[in-house]
Amino acid sequence: MILSRKELLGLTILATLILVILPLSLDIFRLNLVGKYLTYAFVALGLVLCWGYGGILSLGQGIFFGLGGYCMAMFLKLEASSVENTKIQSTPGIPDFMDWNQITALPWFWEPFRSLPLTLILVILVPVALAFILGFAMFTRRVGGTYFAIITQAVAAILTILIVGQQGYTGGINGITDLRTLLGWDIRTDNAKLILYFVNGLLLIGCLLLAFFVKHSKFGRILVAMRDKEDRVRFSGYNVSNFKIFVFCLAAAISGIGGAMFALQVGFMSPSFVGIVPSIEMVIYTAVGGRLSILGAVYGTLLVNWAKTSFSETFPELWLLGLGGLFIAVVLAFPNGLAGIYGSYIEPAIKRFLRKKSDLMPSGTLPQGSPAE
Amino acid sequence: MFADYSMAELGSIFVMQGFAGLILFSVFLLMALGLAIIFGQMGVINMAHGEFMILGAYVTYFTSQLFLNYIPSLFSIYFFLAMILAFIASGALGMFVEWAMIRHLYKRPLDTLLATWGLSLILQQLYRSFFGAREVGVELPEWMMGSIPLTDTVEVQINGLFVMGLTLAITIAVAVLMYKSSWGKQVRAVVQNRVMAGAVGINTERVDRYTFALGCGIAGVAGSAFTMIGSTGPTAGQLYIVDTFLVVVFGGAASLLGTIASAFTISQAQSTMEFFLSGSMAKVITLLGVVGILMLRPQGLFTLKVRR
Repeated sequence: MILSRKELLGLTILATLILVILPLSLDIFRLNLVGKYLTYAFVALGLVLCWGYGGILSLGQGIFFGLGGYCMAMFLKLEASSVENTKIQSTPGIPDFMDWNQITALPWFWEPFRSLPLTLILVILVPVALAFILGFAMFTRRVGGTYFAIITQAVAAILTILIVGQQGYTGGINGITDLRTLLGWDIRTDNAKLILYFVNGLLLIGCLLLAFFVKHSKFGRILVAMRDKEDRVRFSGYNVSNFKIFVFCLAAAISGIGGAMFALQVGFMSPSFVGIVPSIEMVIYTAVGGRLSILGAVYGTLLVNWAKTSFSETFPELWLLGLGGLFIAVVLAFPNGLAGIYGSYIEPAIKRFLRKKSDLMPSGTLPQGSPAE
Repeated sequence: MFADYSMAELGSIFVMQGFAGLILFSVFLLMALGLAIIFGQMGVINMAHGEFMILGAYVTYFTSQLFLNYIPSLFSIYFFLAMILAFIASGALGMFVEWAMIRHLYKRPLDTLLATWGLSLILQQLYRSFFGAREVGVELPEWMMGSIPLTDTVEVQINGLFVMGLTLAITIAVAVLMYKSSWGKQVRAVVQNRVMAGAVGINTERVDRYTFALGCGIAGVAGSAFTMIGSTGPTAGQLYIVDTFLVVVFGGAASLLGTIASAFTISQAQSTMEFFLSGSMAKVITLLGVVGILMLRPQGLFTLKVRR
């Protein structure tokens, strides 16, 4: 049994919301939008594990989201640039932006993306490989905390500059656009969007289950111990850096899946989802949801993005003020985010209500103020 | 990549790019100085540092407009007044931010990072709402324009020289303040051991507040100097924040000398490479180099020996 009763209830409610309520109540345009937000929830979930439980704040999760997305987009782009589709180019069979940049042959690192199985492996492998290199170099030398945050941020900046600068190989600032089909299946139709939404939702729920599994495993306990008193864990004979590398790679893998689903659902990938600003925005999703709450990550992502969309549609000026204020308010007043508010105010109220109704004590009462899951 | 140039040309290229690198060095150093005080001494990550700099730049711009419209006769010296005003404005804002926000978060450095990022978003939007989204540039007084030719192929810009001189003066002032004055001694004492510093009668809260304000004030001056070589927009601060943090971390957080050395290395490497490669590749290689070295030597170039 990997879930407590309360977690099972929470997960069921969330799954019902994602798989039943939202598809029934929203039109396909809005649903596609929600699907896009849910791909960010993968990143937020990764951050719950690596920041909330592991204490490692990475300001570069956009890197992994972007790498996963680019892997998927490269495959889709190659499929969209078949020789028939691109016969007006001077070199048919290569992506259009390469042709515009006078590149006449497909670069070597594009070759693996001709095959779907290989692409699906690379969607996870590329982010994990980079996370491993970064994590191995940093954590074995006991670099952590703010230093690690700054370095990951620098890597995000480097990757963005690189993608924007190497226009011929990466599509530059516009990114990889005009993605059409997946193995001949048109991903731009409403029907395909609906199916992709459900695939995305199921993958997210799978990742949530994985996160719960990690949380309840012995590894999850070591993570928390490490976050709170790293030296004691080290003195107890654990190799702290290996655990940190693992959780960082796990977060990267989950983010990579999110990125790939983003490319599939939205139909393009660009460096604006890789850099510093999106990476930090993803941290705020986690912070709003509650950095210790696995389900909170999803709610936080949905809430912030919903607010962003509705604010920037009506008062574009106010959005940045609101987002900035949200950052400050969450950090100063609600360090445990929505989950903290739920745990200390709403849950006791529900319990009182239930007790009045049936005089039954729900099991597993938490002390007030502790984060709810 | 050197094959197409003759020796004399190569010499001139290196001198000119070296000079461009020195200007970049001055800007980096000015920005990094404020950050070295705030991050290096207090351990606070101020992601809004760039926005404090932009505030200084806007103050300078408005002072120049004021002089241009009301006292044109004194226009040639407006810059000195503007710099003082920029210092005061950014410093005052810094003091307020420390009081309202930072002091509650000293025990949670990662949260400071998020909160100051929020602050930077708010400041950016305020600049955009009040000063417009368009980039503004100041008009330089007569004596700052033009350049001095050294040889046929080598010449140096006067405004660049001025920025360098300014950087030198401010660096010396900060060094004297931190290492020779009794206030600097208090700051360093608080950094090394907060509890003991409090026990011997140092008002650590006040020291924190003034240290933060000083760092922000220097950022304001940096922004002021920045107007002489580039234009100012609401989001210009964000472009520099990563470089600046890398400069401070690369140098070794608590070391002023380290900050100077790393600002010099990074700016020279970047501007020399910029001539031969595209600008973006030069930046990528420089940043990669810095990150690579930091992975091998995470404590930075120079470190302070302290018992932890």
